[in-house]
Amino acid sequence: MLGKLTLSAIPLDQPVPLVAGAVVALIALGVVAWVVIAGHLPYLWREWITSVDHKRIGVMYCILALVMLIRGFSDAILMRSQHAVAYKAGGYLPPEHYDQIFSAHGVIMIFFGAMPFMIGLMNFAVPLQLGVRDVAFPTLNSVSFWLTASGALLVNVSLVVGEFARTGWWPAPPLSEVTYSPGVGVDYYLWAIQISGVGTLLSGVNLVTTILKMRAPGMSYLRMPMFCWTALASNLLIIAAFPILTATLAMLILDRYLGFHFFTDSHGGNSMMFMNLFWAWGHPEVYILALPAYGVFSEVISTFSGKPLFAYRSMVMATMAIFILSFMVWLHHFFTMGPGGDVNGVFAITSMIIAVPTGVKIFDWLFTMYGGRVRLTTAMLWSLGFMVTFVVGGATGVLLAIPPADFVLHNSMFLVAHFHNVMVSAVLFGAFAGYTYWFPKAFGFQLNEWWGKAAFWFGITGFVIVFGAFYWLGLLGMTRRMQHYDVADWRPWILVSAFGVAVMLAGVVCQVVQLVVSIRRRESLRDITGDPWDGRSLEWATASPPPVFNFAALPEVHGEEAYWAIKSRAREQMRLREEPAYEPIEMPLNSPTGFICAFFSTLIGFAMIWYIWWLAAAGFLGAFVTFVAFAWRDTVEYEIPASEVAKVNRANRSTRLEALHGAGQRRAA
Amino acid sequence: MSGTASPAWVTALRGDPYHLGHTRDGHGESRATGRGTGGPSPKRIIVAYGFWIFILSDIVMFASFFASYAVLQGGVSDGPTGPEIFDLDRIAIETALLLLSSFTCGMASLALSARRMLLFQTAMAVTFCLGAGFVALEVMELHDLIQRGAGPSRSAFLSSFFTLVGCHGLHVTVGLLWLLTMMAQVLTKGFRSDIVRRTLCFALFWHALDIVWVGVFSVVYLMGSIT
Repeated sequence: MLGKLTLSAIPLDQPVPLVAGAVVALIALGVVAWVVIAGHLPYLWREWITSVDHKRIGVMYCILALVMLIRGFSDAILMRSQHAVAYKAGGYLPPEHYDQIFSAHGVIMIFFGAMPFMIGLMNFAVPLQLGVRDVAFPTLNSVSFWLTASGALLVNVSLVVGEFARTGWWPAPPLSEVTYSPGVGVDYYLWAIQISGVGTLLSGVNLVTTILKMRAPGMSYLRMPMFCWTALASNLLIIAAFPILTATLAMLILDRYLGFHFFTDSHGGNSMMFMNLFWAWGHPEVYILALPAYGVFSEVISTFSGKPLFAYRSMVMATMAIFILSFMVWLHHFFTMGPGGDVNGVFAITSMIIAVPTGVKIFDWLFTMYGGRVRLTTAMLWSLGFMVTFVVGGATGVLLAIPPADFVLHNSMFLVAHFHNVMVSAVLFGAFAGYTYWFPKAFGFQLNEWWGKAAFWFGITGFVIVFGAFYWLGLLGMTRRMQHYDVADWRPWILVSAFGVAVMLAGVVCQVVQLVVSIRRRESLRDITGDPWDGRSLEWATASPPPVFNFAALPEVHGEEAYWAIKSRAREQMRLREEPAYEPIEMPLNSPTGFICAFFSTLIGFAMIWYIWWLAAAGFLGAFVTFVAFAWRDTVEYEIPASEVAKVNRANRSTRLEALHGAGQRRAA
Repeated sequence: MSGTASPAWVTALRGDPYHLGHTRDGHGESRATGRGTGGPSPKRIIVAYGFWIFILSDIVMFASFFASYAVLQGGVSDGPTGPEIFDLDRIAIETALLLLSSFTCGMASLALSARRMLLFQTAMAVTFCLGAGFVALEVMELHDLIQRGAGPSRSAFLSSFFTLVGCHGLHVTVGLLWLLTMMAQVLTKGFRSDIVRRTLCFALFWHALDIVWVGVFSVVYLMGSIT
């Protein structure tokens, strides 16, 4: 009846996961109880859970990402503290548990921290920057989000029910085959990633269609803000790369569940094929995450330098060059697995070439700041911190791209330092820059700058200490994924990295405090006009938070930096644009389809992990019925009357006019 | 455009390379939707376009299965090889059924745009029968193989063969479910614009599966039968 699931699946003998799981479960239950008792549930259900508004979905993606980043960071703390005490000793985490922690750390950070954060920022900002009212498929967007959340839930369930994979964040066969990993750990990995992968793919389809087919009148491709370009490239990569991951993991599922021989070491199976297929997705994935972050930096640096982005077109070309090249370097992830000198040589060269467009971008950002009036806000600090640290990470990447060097450094802490150096400084710093930059747009008040800057300084200092020590440990010969060690030379550097993670923890605390403080002091941080940073693209042309329809009338675009042009004209003439002729606006109705689908996919995933076949079948049936029920709806849109649109828009116009006159008087004085 | 006498191509050549998004006088850009400056596209375009992109991603997934088949084709272990198990007569009938179903599906699309209910339902029903016949034959083929001990766990070659062919068959089965849903929807809701858009997406899906089958037929069965 319950497949492999018995009470022994709950690790009563292992205090660490049990206590952690219990604490998480208690917090979750507490939050749910508070929501229900305080009567917020109807509001949450109506306005958030069933929402198909791209802004709300974007915000929910970011909240999911923030929570998961904290989960992933706790894993990092566990690993650093284990190493701090595991010198010539077993430490406090047994090997089978330590292996789960580094696997979960990687999976959570990449799939449920970085990915939702980037997709959330794109979801939130892209339609606003394009000057349109929503994404192409609003309900599908909600489905995507909830499927991602479903995958995240499954990974976290593994903490208390069963176990997680011990294979590392990419489950390389034959280790991940059922012969060597008979437990449910790899199955948790597989189903969580398959379910969230479908969500990611649909989200890619949605955003590409939005960018290519829905832009404000006059916004040709070369007038799109840089973030839209990088979002386009990133989502095209999702469409081209994620199906490879889905197919590869499907093959591993078939191997594990039905005795197929794709990657086994008998019956003609080929485990190297897994490496090729996985990294054919895996390397583009790096850019799926990094490109939107590059877009955020472009927006932030241009805004806070008070200048247009330097050499916009070269930035577009660099973005698209990275998009193409990212598919031509996957083999550098396994130079040492025997592809041979010639093949390694080709991929070494392509790997070095991909550093060129990235270098172009760095120069473009530097020249954007050159001669500008740079404002060192929190978002700008993250961007500057990125530029400084990312160059180091890029340089060590070029070093690792040289096969002879890679043969020495592969699988060492040097490699771990390299990819954390690029991923943290590009993706995480980009995420925090975007979070600070667009927060006032999403919620109508700014984040506290003092705590934000404290978070930045602690974050970057800790980051440099941890991964500086890792580089050195790698050069001293320390390999990755070690549960304990007996080399005396490593000891001081391991303690340094443990200290570094404590500094990072201070940064995380500051980040949380910043949010709490900002919410409490929101009245004094209020963004009244909708343009708190003196922005240049269209998201700043509407109120903060934007009305559900984003724009009362779709803005007419007459060049690059659409909003800057509108604003400059307003400043010259000391009056706003002509008021548009208001028309009623049709908006999509909210729908619980996404939430219900995700509920059934969680059931399917959980049932498949534990071999509960009837429950899986019921889940599939439920998902199908949900789709048909959704397809049977007769009313799909509702109309916002013109008077309502006018009221909302006039309120924002009056605050903007006041601000315009205020600024004019200050200039005159 | 301002009233200068230079032909358009001369202006284009002389143009400032850093302001390609603009016309010479700085405003008055083309409003042609084809160049992406005319505002959001109509819903019909958006839906079909989005679905096309989804199909592309699906084809990437098939490409991965094709690639793994190509890699593992020689991994027969102690099991049978392709020529020993492929029954080209049955495959010819399967192919004929699927290609014909694509034709009747096209008829259904025509009936849809002509708003002719009876013709639409008939064409869809015929499409369903042809597609179901294809799936039935395929299931029989795979079932026979398993009965003969040539199941997917026998060798890597058979694993990849079953997966590639099975993945296509699964797509056709899902397509059949979708087909029935669309018949019911058109019947109960008539030719409403959202239903029509959805039916057009179904047609795209069905034709795409045909194209994938041409790949399966050529790569797996034809090339696999050459000894």
